[in-house]
Amino acid sequence: MEIVPTLKRLSEAQGVSGYEQQVREIVTEIFGHHADRVRTDALGNVIALKRGDGPEPRPAVMLATHMDEIGLIVSDLEEGFIHFQTVGGHDARVLLGQEVVVHGRRDLMGVIGARPPHVLPPSEREKPIPAEKLLIDVGLPPDMLPDLVRVGDLVTLHSELTELKGGLVSGKALDNRVSVVAAALCLENLKGMRHRWDVLAVATVQEEIGHKGAAVGAFGLEPDIGIAIDVTFARQPGTPEEHTYELGKGPTIGCGPNFHPKLQEALMETADAHEIPYHLEPAARVAGTDAVDIQVAREGVPTALISIPLRNMHTPIETVAVRDIKRVGRLLAAFIAGLDDDFLDSLAWDLDLGPDE
Amino acid sequence: MLLEELSNAFGPSGHEDEVRRLLARALRDHVDNLQVDALGNLIAFKRGTGPEPRLKVMIDAHTDEVGLMITRIEKDGTLGFRVLGGIDDRLLMAKRVIVGKERLPGVILAPPIHLTKPEQRKQVVKREQLVIDIGATDREQAQKMVKIGEYAVFATRFDLLTDDGWRVVKGKAFDDRAGCAAAVALAEESYPVDLYFSFSTQEEVGLRGARVAAYRIAPDVAFALEGTICDDAPKKKDTSPTTEMGKGPAITVMDRTFIADRRLVRLLIDTAQAEGLPYQFKQPGVGGTDAGAIHLARSGVPSVTVAVPCRYIHAPVGLMSLQDFDNLVALMKAALRALPERFD
Repeated sequence: MEIVPTLKRLSEAQGVSGYEQQVREIVTEIFGHHADRVRTDALGNVIALKRGDGPEPRPAVMLATHMDEIGLIVSDLEEGFIHFQTVGGHDARVLLGQEVVVHGRRDLMGVIGARPPHVLPPSEREKPIPAEKLLIDVGLPPDMLPDLVRVGDLVTLHSELTELKGGLVSGKALDNRVSVVAAALCLENLKGMRHRWDVLAVATVQEEIGHKGAAVGAFGLEPDIGIAIDVTFARQPGTPEEHTYELGKGPTIGCGPNFHPKLQEALMETADAHEIPYHLEPAARVAGTDAVDIQVAREGVPTALISIPLRNMHTPIETVAVRDIKRVGRLLAAFIAGLDDDFLDSLAWDLDLGPDE
Repeated sequence: MLLEELSNAFGPSGHEDEVRRLLARALRDHVDNLQVDALGNLIAFKRGTGPEPRLKVMIDAHTDEVGLMITRIEKDGTLGFRVLGGIDDRLLMAKRVIVGKERLPGVILAPPIHLTKPEQRKQVVKREQLVIDIGATDREQAQKMVKIGEYAVFATRFDLLTDDGWRVVKGKAFDDRAGCAAAVALAEESYPVDLYFSFSTQEEVGLRGARVAAYRIAPDVAFALEGTICDDAPKKKDTSPTTEMGKGPAITVMDRTFIADRRLVRLLIDTAQAEGLPYQFKQPGVGGTDAGAIHLARSGVPSVTVAVPCRYIHAPVGLMSLQDFDNLVALMKAALRALPERFD
């Protein structure tokens, strides 16, 4: 699989939380090349099964990569211009002057307009414009707009995937389409390897509004272990060193109450054995990824999180290092190939009664 | 389409070569002479068909666009910059740019919302705090790719938004590649007057190219063709829209830099009415154009500015109507034909 062209298709596809149809079709195709079976569940998660060769009933590992993206939704029309609300976490300062696509009766390219400096008093340029005061302009005369755009239409940011130097790529929705690519790479790598466990690669919906796809996906699939793959903060100017990781220096492995310590260790051992660089990412709070809901599905699932460092998160210029995506694909495949029939037992907590009194 | 190529071209003030090359290629079969002067202005002469002595008419459009200049290279390989021309700081965050001689893609970094505090998000990030990421991992690597003093422009690509309605296109630098494309369209026909086109450099940093071009040409009359402010979105306070999209070419009566020659304004109005073409007046007192320099050249030149309304000029992406553009070209063609009778 060619990583950048695949990522370009995924990144440029539309898939605002709850409306993932377009990206779902692409994911179904990509996962389909490497899986035994692909289906879609009731909320729209894409579930790809790659069977292991262990004896039945086989244990299964769930890989969860959300495919939804943050976006905008039309809230009102005024004199040929479009008011909107945000879906997911946006910094309104980033929206000014961006290009968008309004998914009306047909897709309409547009821009989030900015009054030119010539007509603005200096004092106005000192304040960011809140999202509710921004307007989308699709260049249609006021009488034509209502035929093509209605309240409730979705809007995605328009941003073509661009390659920078140093093996970096920049575009929209790389949170979390890069992880979808990493999961597909894992499935592809596994084709040339033997693995005893079943693999359930799940591209989840509605992560950005509360990881809802992961919750129902994990319930429906009842996996024995779950690994969420998401993005994390890459170091960049203006961010604290404590919560950021260098781009291109490997993924992070999460540690904290959301993650099973033995599963986390097993991932670290695999990374060490295959000389895949990584950092540990402490997460004191249980929040922000599909792992939150996978861990507490049904009777509970030992869960881990692998994250790809990404700059400018939740902007149209999210930036990652391609080599980090590859590394996650390799790490996941190596880990899955190493899962044996006893692995689940190794995760069990001891019933430790302590020393006799 | 020439407008598309011009809009996509790299041409910040002082570095307009790419635009000049496109224009020279488009013009060479339609004019009698092409020259480049000391400031990089492309001057094209097209002989008139009327009896001598013919009026000497200058048609100006500026080639430069607002942009950035690389002024420092940080330890982490990111690039600090200054702004060339008037750009609102609020428009810089999270934008794509094209950097330097190598035309490297870059992005202006923006911290993730998750790591910024709500009170921070109420502050404008000033240009001094912003940097461009081109993918270099450290200063040494970055220095091999870009030198201090190289330029950057927004990486916006031209496209047609709607084929119906006003036929609106999106792109960067319509101020003033719209004027450049209109001037080339004029050069495709002949007129009774002698035409001297000046595709002028450095408008955005003080009308500098047009000043020396007007001195050299010493015209009898001048027209500056522009892509001008169109601030017609609904606003809480009912202020002037400056110009309005879809309502035809905008004639400047007065702006920050000059008062238009009344006879030329009258000529444009009468021509528009005679031809059944829409026109509008630009709100007086706002902005400035090359006419501000041209009308003061030598012992003075009667001048007027006529422009395509462009929404969001000086931003990474603007919109303009091809219908307005076509109407501007039609108006100017008719006005140039009528000029000798009206102005002797």
